[in-house]
Amino acid sequence: MPINIIVCAKQVMDPETPVSAFKVDREAKRVVPATGIPPVVNGFDENAVEAALRLKEKAGGGKITILSLGKSFVNDVIKKPLAMGGDELVLLQEDAFEGLDAFTTVQALVAAIKKIGQYDLILCGRQASDYDQAHVPHGIGEMLGLPVISMAANLEVKDGAIHVERKLPDGYEVLEAPMPAVVSVSNELTPVRLPNLRGIMAASRKQPTVWKAADVGLEASALRSGLELLDLFIPVSEKVCEFIDGENDEDKGRKLALRLREAKLI
Amino acid sequence: MAQGILAIGELNEDSSLASVTGEVLAVARKLAGATGAQVSLVLLGKNASQRTKEAIALGADKVWVSEAEVLHENQIEAHLAALAQVCKAADPQVIVAGKSLFGRDLAPRLAFRLRVPLMQDCIDVNTDPATKRVVAVRPVYGGNANARVASPVDPQFVCVRPKIFEALPPNPSRRGEVVQAPVSVDASVVKVKRVRRVKEEATGVKLEDARVVVSVGRGIGGPENLPPFQDLAKALGAALGASRPVCDAGWLDHSFQVGLTGKTIAPEIYLTWAISGASQHLAGCSAAKNIVAVNRDPNANIFKEAKYGVVGDWKKVLPSFTATVKELVGS
Ligand SMILES: Cc1cc2nc3c(=O)[nH]c(=O)nc-3n(C[C@H](O)[C@H](O)[C@H](O)COP(=O)(O)OP(=O)(O)OC[C@H]3O[C@@H](n4cnc5c(N)ncnc54)[C@H](O)[C@@H]3O)c2cc1C
Ligand SMILES: Nc1ncnc2c1ncn2[C@@H]1O[C@H](COP(=O)(O)O)[C@@H](O)[C@H]1O
Repeated sequence: MPINIIVCAKQVMDPETPVSAFKVDREAKRVVPATGIPPVVNGFDENAVEAALRLKEKAGGGKITILSLGKSFVNDVIKKPLAMGGDELVLLQEDAFEGLDAFTTVQALVAAIKKIGQYDLILCGRQASDYDQAHVPHGIGEMLGLPVISMAANLEVKDGAIHVERKLPDGYEVLEAPMPAVVSVSNELTPVRLPNLRGIMAASRKQPTVWKAADVGLEASALRSGLELLDLFIPVSEKVCEFIDGENDEDKGRKLALRLREAKLI
Repeated sequence: MAQGILAIGELNEDSSLASVTGEVLAVARKLAGATGAQVSLVLLGKNASQRTKEAIALGADKVWVSEAEVLHENQIEAHLAALAQVCKAADPQVIVAGKSLFGRDLAPRLAFRLRVPLMQDCIDVNTDPATKRVVAVRPVYGGNANARVASPVDPQFVCVRPKIFEALPPNPSRRGEVVQAPVSVDASVVKVKRVRRVKEEATGVKLEDARVVVSVGRGIGGPENLPPFQDLAKALGAALGASRPVCDAGWLDHSFQVGLTGKTIAPEIYLTWAISGASQHLAGCSAAKNIVAVNRDPNANIFKEAKYGVVGDWKKVLPSFTATVKELVGS
C-alpha cells in the first residue's frame, strides 16, 4: 500500500551558532542572524524526513510532500529534504509569517495541509530550534481532530495503523494510533541519510510550489501572533567561576578535590 | 467572568502525587499572591481523592477530582477531554501546567482545544503590577535568549519547566475544599493505545534524583575513555550523565543525556568533563546548585555557569582528582 506523507520542515538559524556570535536586536525583539552562518533545516525535521523516507520505502511507494512556512527561504537549504528523497516542496511564504508563534503558525499550516489534501501521516520534528516550543505538531492534530504522538524514535505501519516507539526515562514504549495521525520525530531516529549526488540533481530540477497566505484562504494582514512578545534579551549569568590553579594539571586535579571537600560538597 | 487560577495536577503510576504538582501549585500561589485569586487544582486518575489533603497542604484552595476509570492511566485523549470539561466549569483566568513527560503533550493540546495561546516551557512567572496579567519568561534559541511573553486572552495558559520552581513546604493546617469534577468522558475518545512498555532499569544511582552527577562531553574522545569516569562516579556515589554528542555517537544511551532535549536535573554538584557548555546543554542543568567544570579551553562557555573550574586536560586532571576523592571519601 503506497503511503502519502506530509513532512513539516522549518528553516531556522543554525542552532550551533557559537554563543559569541549570537546577537539580539532588543528594539526589534528579534535575533540578528550571524553573518556568514547560513540557516539550516531544523535538525529534528531532518529526522522526520528520514522517517518518511523509510516508511515510503517500506510501503513500496507513495508521496512525500515537504511543507514549510516562513518569510523567506534559502533555496539550497530548504531543498535539502528534496535532495534526501522527498517528492514535492510546498513553501508557504509571506512577510507576515516572520516571528509568528505556534498559535498562528498552526492555523496557516493546517490551511495548507487541507489544500494539499491527501495524506496518511503528518510528520513534524519534535521541536523547532528557534523558539523551542514543541507545540506545533500538537496544534495541527487538535485543529484537524487527529491523534498525535510525540517524540518518535521509530515508526512502523502495521495493519493500517501507525506504531510509534518512544524513549522513556526508564525504557521505552510503543504506542499505536489509527491513520491519519500526526507524529513528531526525535533525534533518536538515526542515522539521517545525507543527500547523494543523484538526489541533489533531482532536487535542483524541482520547482517548489509557492503559496501566499491568500492561496490557503488566509488574510495576510490579519495574521498576528497569539502571544505578545514583550521583550527578547540575552540572559546574563551572575555566576563567577573560581578557577583552581596549580603547578600542572595533575596538581589542579588534586586541589580541585580538596577545594570541593573544603566547601563540604564531597 | 473568568476568575481564579487552575493548576493541572498529575499522578504517578502508583497514584502518588507527581513532583510537578507541587511545582505548579507553587507557581499558582505566587500568581495568586499578587491578586488574591483562588487556586484550584485538578487531579484526575485512580485514587485521586486520596491525594487531596496533600494537594491542599501544598497550596490548593480547592481540588477538583475525578477517579473515572477512563482516566486511570495517563492516556492523553481521555485526560484532554476531561480537562477541557473542567476548564469550562472552572472558567479560570489563568491555567498553570508543568512540562513533565505527560504535561509536554497535554498542555499544548489543551491550549489548542481551548483556542488560547500557550506560554510554553516557562522559567519565570510573574504578575504585571499594572495590568494584573501574567508575564512569563521562556528560554528560546536553546537558551541563548529569553523571551518575555504575555497572553492577551483568558485563560492565560502557562506551562512551566520542571525542577525550576520549588514546591512550597507542605502546611498540613491549610484548609481547602474538595469537589467532584464534572467529567464525562466516553472511552471512544481514546485513539492512541499503548502496545508495549518496556522498563530498562538502570543500574546504580538514578540520574534524575542524584545528588552528585559526573557528566562527560565529546571532548572525552570515545567510549574507551568512559571507565575512569564510571570509576569516579562510583567513588562519589554519583550518577553518570552526558552531553548530546556522546549519546548521538552511541558512547552512552540517550537516557544519559542532560539538556534541552535530554533530562532536566538539579543535583547539588554537577561535575562536567570536556563539555563546552552549549546553551542547549545548560538548559538541562542550570538548576544544579554547584557546577564544576574541567575543560582545556579557558573560554569554554561552561565556565560562565560554573562555580569551580579547572582549565586543563581531563586526561591529566582526572586521575589525581579521583585518587584524592577516594582518599577523602574513604577517610
Ligand atoms: C535543538 C537542539 C537540542 C539540543 N539538545 C541538547 C541536549 O539536550 N543536551 C546537550 O548536551 N546538547 C544538546 N544539543 C547540542 C548542543 O548544541 C551542543 O552541540 C552540545 O551540547 C555539545 O556537546 P559537548 O560540549 O560535549 O561537545 P563540544 O561542544 O564539542 O565540546 C567539547 C569540549 O571538550 C573540550 N575538550 C576537548 N578535549 C579535551 C581534553 N582533553 N580535556 C579537557 N577538555 C577537552 C573542548 O574544549 C570543548 O569545550 C542540542 C542542539 C540542538 C540544536
Ligand atoms: N514554520 C514552520 N514550517 C514548517 N514546519 C514547522 C514550522 N514551525 C514548526 N513546524 C513543525 O513543527 C515542529 C515543532 O515546532 P515547534 O512547535 O515550533 O517547536 C517542527 O519541528 C516542524 O516540524
